[in-house]
Amino acid sequence: MVEKIRVRATLNGEPVDFLVAPYVSLLDTLRDELGLTGTKEGCNDGNCGACTVNLDGRIVDSCCVLGAEIDGSAVETIEGMAEPGKLHPLQQAFLEEAALQCGICTPGFLISAKALLDKEPHPSEDRIRFWLAGNLCRCTGYDKIVKAVQKAAESA
Amino acid sequence: MTTETTKGKYNVIGTRPIRHDGYDKVTGRAIYGADIKLPALLQGAVLRSPHAHARIKSIDTSAAKALPGVSAVITSADFPGAHDTLIDLGEGAINFRYASNNVMAGDKVLYKGHPVAAVAALDKNTALEAAALIKVDYEVLKPVSTVMEALKPGAPIVLEDLEGQDLGEKIDGQTNQANHIRHEFGDVEKGFAEADIVIEHEFDTAMVHQGYIEPHNATATWDEEGRVTIWTSTQGSFPTRRQTAGILRLPDSSVKVIPLEIGGGFGGKIPSYLEPVAAILSRETGRPVKLLMERTSVFESTGPTPGTWMSAKVGVKNDGTITAATADLRFDAGAYPGSPVGAGMMCVFSCYDIPNTRIDGYDVVVNKPKTAAYRAPGATQAAYAMETVVDEICQKLGMDPLEFRIKNAAKEGTRRADGPIHPIIGAVETHEAAKASDHWNTPLEKNGSDGKLRGRGVASGYWFNIGLKSAVTISVNEDGTVALTEGSTDIGGSRASIAMMAAEVLGIPAEEVRPHVADSEGIGYTDVTGGSRTTYATGYAAHDAAQDVVVQLRERAAKLWDVEVDEIEFANGSYQSKSDPELRLSHKELASKLGSTGGPVIGSASVDPEGAGGAYSTQICDIEIDPETGKTDVIRYTIVQDVGTAIHPSYVEGQMQGAVAQCIGWALNEEYFLNDDGAMVNSSFLDYRMPTSLDLPEIETIIVEVPNPGHPFGVRGVGEVPIVPGVATVANAIHDALGIRLRTTPMNAGSILAALKAKK
Repeated sequence: MVEKIRVRATLNGEPVDFLVAPYVSLLDTLRDELGLTGTKEGCNDGNCGACTVNLDGRIVDSCCVLGAEIDGSAVETIEGMAEPGKLHPLQQAFLEEAALQCGICTPGFLISAKALLDKEPHPSEDRIRFWLAGNLCRCTGYDKIVKAVQKAAESA
Repeated sequence: MTTETTKGKYNVIGTRPIRHDGYDKVTGRAIYGADIKLPALLQGAVLRSPHAHARIKSIDTSAAKALPGVSAVITSADFPGAHDTLIDLGEGAINFRYASNNVMAGDKVLYKGHPVAAVAALDKNTALEAAALIKVDYEVLKPVSTVMEALKPGAPIVLEDLEGQDLGEKIDGQTNQANHIRHEFGDVEKGFAEADIVIEHEFDTAMVHQGYIEPHNATATWDEEGRVTIWTSTQGSFPTRRQTAGILRLPDSSVKVIPLEIGGGFGGKIPSYLEPVAAILSRETGRPVKLLMERTSVFESTGPTPGTWMSAKVGVKNDGTITAATADLRFDAGAYPGSPVGAGMMCVFSCYDIPNTRIDGYDVVVNKPKTAAYRAPGATQAAYAMETVVDEICQKLGMDPLEFRIKNAAKEGTRRADGPIHPIIGAVETHEAAKASDHWNTPLEKNGSDGKLRGRGVASGYWFNIGLKSAVTISVNEDGTVALTEGSTDIGGSRASIAMMAAEVLGIPAEEVRPHVADSEGIGYTDVTGGSRTTYATGYAAHDAAQDVVVQLRERAAKLWDVEVDEIEFANGSYQSKSDPELRLSHKELASKLGSTGGPVIGSASVDPEGAGGAYSTQICDIEIDPETGKTDVIRYTIVQDVGTAIHPSYVEGQMQGAVAQCIGWALNEEYFLNDDGAMVNSSFLDYRMPTSLDLPEIETIIVEVPNPGHPFGVRGVGEVPIVPGVATVANAIHDALGIRLRTTPMNAGSILAALKAKK
């Protein structure tokens, strides 16, 4: 057995301290070791964005980062997006605009869109489409997702 | 934009409430198939064939079994060997013996990615390591990848025991032709003789995948009593139960399927792939086993829609009347029989009223994964052939393509080319709405100063929609809310549409119905979420179950007031006495008195409705091509569709928009790219390259409502017809831009550049 690595990080604002084998991805670390299954696997090779998380202010495909790499870092996942009893404006807009069908890509889209609005509170439609091009959705044709992000930007 | 005939008619139907499962899905709480955790869970891995066609000479699992942490290694020898029984899954039929060989290869592998062995181990990496230690000795055979190659004499034979059929006769000797069927009506020779213009062309389309983002998954336990429990992402718990039981040779009642949330399917999550394998691994280990499919295997080993060879021939008079049409549709079924060619035949001419028709359909096996339903299976390919020929005819006639379609449109009473008579349908209304659209009435500036070439295309499509079996129960809570239990897995908002229909009947808000998708032991038999049947048939059952609740609540009111039941009427959400206006209780008030009038009220219904109504979509597309690179950008797209009644208009629009995105990908880029050895080489999202948000414009939707008389609220079903005309619409736009007809998909940058070069 390979020796596990001790990792201390901040996950959704709370400290975590865990052991992980050196070859385990951040995606599998979150899902299997830390119990946060809201981050989804779509391809496991960095091409669908379903596993998008925020790592120290940058969005990354968590399937392409190792769990051991987050030592000393701050990670935000979908589970940390809403405040207790209150959805983030993007989550609310996704519901009101019917911006999800099957919902498997939704956590990744929300994390990506939040990173955009944190940086640029009033992006153009083109900017939204460009920013979200790393997240694949096969159900919606993106139309309602783009409109939901616009709506959340307006409400902020 | 909505042409709402139902506006004002209903309280709940036609509104846009937040879907009931939405909160769980935007917070990451929703549990999808891969998210399930069980005590003592083992992880599995599947070893798959690297060859498109090979005989398995031997499999040596000893090194894999010896690896520490490995609990079991299985091959087809561990399967019971399923019977040769054909069963209907709602959107396509399967033979259990072939289904068993598809989930674990027997003596031959028939496509790259065909499973040959599986492992259960303490963790995923150990399972993968063990799978790599399995030694398979293959005798590599020559593969056959396309329909026309497979039909040639002397072609490699995919299935040595296949009994081929040709127009009802058994084919002598070995063949790849599983079937050839024909629909013939009138006299096509006479019809073509009467025509002033006859156009005929041949087409090739590449195999494409549904492309759902969630990979397949299954977790299973096989207990000491011989009972199997499956947790999975499926389009139908009951069809998954039937397939798993058939492959394992167990009674259906020994298998329980617990459906978790499903991350897309489009028809591709009707077949079972991992469920029987996980069950056998559990039987061998005595522990629960989870299997997750890799993305590569989703492409290489699960149901795409067929590649085809087609021809279509249409004759018209100078006044634009169609006199005759023939089509020859040859679909690759993948490795086992059962392509959707029959459905393609049902749809190819069904936008039109044509007096003389002949349609031939061939179902052909090739060394590619077994095809599965993909959104209106078979109809998109057929429409590509028919609607591009129609476009050419309109051009030759100098006739507006929407006028031509209105003139020749199928109507109530028109005989469909394959036999049935159309009931009330909305073909004309759909074309008229397209004609009145802002898009159609805004001229396209064809050639801008930037050197880009622009074009506009239009095309129409038909899908018949299906009914099938659904069951619903509704139990009334003391606070007046109701719990609705259904068997249709929710792939895109169907909990909401079904709950809304129950709410409409009961006279309560949609939010006061709590919908719940039960497992296969929690509700009556329910067919797949597919065939555009869920809102139609399960909604029908919800309507009937809610009416059952109303009947029982009238009885409770009668009991409470000590009057005859006939004395109680139900109107506007209240129960009241016909003779005494003082005796009146709302649904909520009456619900609070159930405890003292006989206990809980549970309404139920089971339906198998015959009245599914066919649907039409007409689409308009503007494109822009860079002649230097051949790249095509879609710059404007409008989809018009008759939906019968839009229960939740947002999710109706969502189905329309999503289907358009899929057919733009299908038209311009997506394909199974095979190497000379017949192996798919672009099996990743990077190389398969589905449309991203940056590739698409806003997708404008126009909902037309011609209510279906075969449903209490006029529902037709919306999920499938929106994909049907899309590939043809893009092809017609490319022709408008370049003056070139592309009759092979994908119509990608390379083929556009080649066509432009050839034209010069």
